[in-house]
Amino acid sequence: MEILVCVKRVPDTSENDIELNSAGNDIERDDLVYSINESDNYAVEEALQIVAKVGGTVSVVTVGAEEDEEVLRRQMAMGASHGILLTDPQFEGSDGRGIASILKGWVQKGNYDLILTGVQAEDGAAQVGGMLAAMLDYPFASLVTSIEVLANNKLKIAREIEGGNREVSEIDLPCVLSIQTGINEPRYVGMKGIRAVQSIPIPTYGASELGLTHAQVGSAAAKVTRVDYFVPALGKGARMLSGTREQNAQEVVELVAAKGGLK
Amino acid sequence: MQGLSATPQLVSWLSQGSVLFWLVHVLGVLCFAYIVARRLVPLVRAERDLRFDHPLQRFHNVLKYWFGQWKHPRYKAAGILHILIFAGFVVLALRAFTVLIVGVSYGFVMPGLSGVAGRLYETVTDYAATIVFLCMIVAIVRRLVFKPARYEVPRRFGNSHKMDAIFLLSLIAVLMLADSLFEATRAAALVHSQEPESRAYLSLPWLLQMFLVQASTSTIGAFCFAGYLAHELAFYFLLCYRPFGIQFHVETSLFNIYFAKLDRKKLKPVKWGLSDQQLDQVKSFGVKTFEEFTWKHILDFYSCADCGRCSDNCPSNAAGRPLSPRFLTTKARDYAFQHYPMFGKAGNGHALVGNIYSEDEIWSCTTCGACEAECPLLIEYIDKIVDLRRGLIDDGNVPQSLQKPLKALESRGNPYGKMEKKKADWTLGKDFQPVCPVKRLDKEPGANTLYFVDSITSFDDRMQSIARSTARILSHVGEDFGILGPAERDSGHEVRRFGEELLFMALRDHNSEAIKNSGARRIVTSDPHAFNALKNDYRHLPPVEHISQFIARQIRGGQIGFKPADADKVFTFHDPCYLGRHNDVYDDPRAVLDAIPGLNRVEMKRCRDRSFCCGGGGLMLFYEPKEEERIGVKRVRMAAEAGASVIVTSCPFCMVNLEDAVKVAGLEGKISVIDLAELVDQQIARPVPACEEVREIPQECVIGR
Repeated sequence: MEILVCVKRVPDTSENDIELNSAGNDIERDDLVYSINESDNYAVEEALQIVAKVGGTVSVVTVGAEEDEEVLRRQMAMGASHGILLTDPQFEGSDGRGIASILKGWVQKGNYDLILTGVQAEDGAAQVGGMLAAMLDYPFASLVTSIEVLANNKLKIAREIEGGNREVSEIDLPCVLSIQTGINEPRYVGMKGIRAVQSIPIPTYGASELGLTHAQVGSAAAKVTRVDYFVPALGKGARMLSGTREQNAQEVVELVAAKGGLK
Repeated sequence: MQGLSATPQLVSWLSQGSVLFWLVHVLGVLCFAYIVARRLVPLVRAERDLRFDHPLQRFHNVLKYWFGQWKHPRYKAAGILHILIFAGFVVLALRAFTVLIVGVSYGFVMPGLSGVAGRLYETVTDYAATIVFLCMIVAIVRRLVFKPARYEVPRRFGNSHKMDAIFLLSLIAVLMLADSLFEATRAAALVHSQEPESRAYLSLPWLLQMFLVQASTSTIGAFCFAGYLAHELAFYFLLCYRPFGIQFHVETSLFNIYFAKLDRKKLKPVKWGLSDQQLDQVKSFGVKTFEEFTWKHILDFYSCADCGRCSDNCPSNAAGRPLSPRFLTTKARDYAFQHYPMFGKAGNGHALVGNIYSEDEIWSCTTCGACEAECPLLIEYIDKIVDLRRGLIDDGNVPQSLQKPLKALESRGNPYGKMEKKKADWTLGKDFQPVCPVKRLDKEPGANTLYFVDSITSFDDRMQSIARSTARILSHVGEDFGILGPAERDSGHEVRRFGEELLFMALRDHNSEAIKNSGARRIVTSDPHAFNALKNDYRHLPPVEHISQFIARQIRGGQIGFKPADADKVFTFHDPCYLGRHNDVYDDPRAVLDAIPGLNRVEMKRCRDRSFCCGGGGLMLFYEPKEEERIGVKRVRMAAEAGASVIVTSCPFCMVNLEDAVKVAGLEGKISVIDLAELVDQQIARPVPACEEVREIPQECVIGR
């Protein structure tokens, strides 16, 4: 099975203190460390496990700039055979639909049976997977928590439903799935693996190679633009505890107990 | 020497007994040679291991640990028993060979053992055989009646080894009995031929002789033949049976100790004989299949005597984690026996983890080294665990809980994912900075001493107190010191021990460069893990000292004086593994405590090189083991048992584990934990303000003057 996984490089929330920049329209990006978006990592692992069972190859693709090669290499160290970087100055300022259009351009150049995305980028809006499927006229399932390959070009998938229930469906290939974290246990990518793929060239493709125009991508085509970015103000009902760790822990227990949370 | 022959005329078709014995000899030796050759097959296929250097040092080890049985008395009863048996075997070895030859050449006397020397040797061997015989009886009774807990095999590790042990012990008893019977018949026959001869008084041969002397010559002859035959058969059976079980150590121990690791402080490299640069060409890291162990590690497996001392001291085993060093070895041995059989094709290439080992088993080890400190045969465990982890890392099989900290170590240089620029934040408190400014050598190189803080002490709220105390002590004695601040990355100590060698190398290279640039001539650290990494894992650094050594030195030099300690408190020192067992620093922290006037100090039963790990540091804090009880909880109970109200340690990870354990064990208010640096900082006699150098120390408080 030929699988394409769309991945994104995001600021790692566990390794950064996210602060607003002085203009107030973005976060302070100096000193940030980035990594692959967490659910995308699960998607790559899932793709690798499928290929290990039924054969095929896994490719990873991202839309971005030179520095985004880092996450492609990491996923190649994990086991993906190809990394593809879609980059062009024209892509800048694309909204979700723009990104989906760029990815669509790449998908149509290849011959993929299955396209996976993470359920949502940590700095994103969980929209690209669905849009991509619609643009390609492929079936789409979101929040997928298990995949089983069936005969006759179908997959059996399970989806997470609010309240902890699971829904099991069959879906025709080719299709687009957005993968939920927890679907598997992603393997560790060590320094040795990263060094081994360090010098493999990563092909890049621009707008013209993907058959894209100004009308489809970039800031000019964007119909959603960010106008503000802020940390929510302390609202009513929120209380910050400012004691020592022990006092805070004690107080939390008391508060939860007082509200009937502990029996 | 007159007497009767052990080789009477047998039934006519078999001609003389000596022919029979020739046959037994030849068959026995051939069998043994074949078995040993087969046992050597995996060693030949195994990875290389450089163990042929320093013959004198190795010979010294043989004298101390093999001939001198150095570690045996650590377990008194079993140890004395073993020393007696071992001494008996050594004494009897010559006699055994003599007896074998006597079977085919009756009049044979070992050169040098005729006359008085021979008589003396006979007396000694008579007693040796008797002692070994009695020891076997005692050992069997121990196994059957007293059943020491450490011999038990928990169900998850398979069947009990008891019957095998008893069978082997009985066989040795039979050997001794047969040997004694043979000697007794010879002596009895001499009495019959009017040549008064007596075996050593009250020895086993003497007793048997007493009975036999009444019998007819032909009966004695029959017993002589029977004793001889039994001796032969038992001897060769044992020789050929030992390589199939726990007694192979009789043959392998000498080699195992000769080839034992000489420098236990150094971790095994990924591959012997490769430079750092060549590592990039290595396809697979670590041990994934049996054949990826080194030949010495396989020899370790063969040599294990199944005594259980390793597991008896293993904190992971005590806490009910899935690891037991004893079975790590015996499972590998069983694997070897099964996959390298006596006949047929030797299989290879099966993955060990998932087959004989579980992942949890391999991650459960705290690398505390208690097993290695105990093993009488100097079997190595930490290197094997690290090699198995290298294999898991290489295959990406890493618990999810460890992946984040490892990734953070790669991108941020610390397992918490904290930003580098905050590394020196512990120096900034408004109560601290004005009284004890700390130089930043990353900005302004050029101090005498570098204080290497390491991640946990820099970032953890609680442990920052250790950093501040350390800085105040350094400042108190007028030491010109500074820190690397953001230029310091994690020492990588646990990164290496968790098998991520290349990440460790990146951290090491970064730190080495930063240390070089700092211009420091000496390094001090308050973290034994950093201490061990800088001292033993890094190369070409200035001399490294742990803060306890530094303080002890200052006390000896009269630079530090103390206020009297609280007389109501009872202190005990918990030896951090990487300070004590791995670096032999036991006395300095104790000397520091004893220098504080009026300080009551007790020792826990398990202290010094038998210290019981706190539960493990570094990445082990992120690992979620399956266990029945926390290791640290066991440790604080030991402190309570010793009557201590304050546990003093000298390691931030011990602090994390023990402080948590005090709460879990419900001992809050009864036991507290303090770092040695914090205690010293509290007790230093200093005029106000805190950080000015004390020029005049009250005479009664100065120690070492």
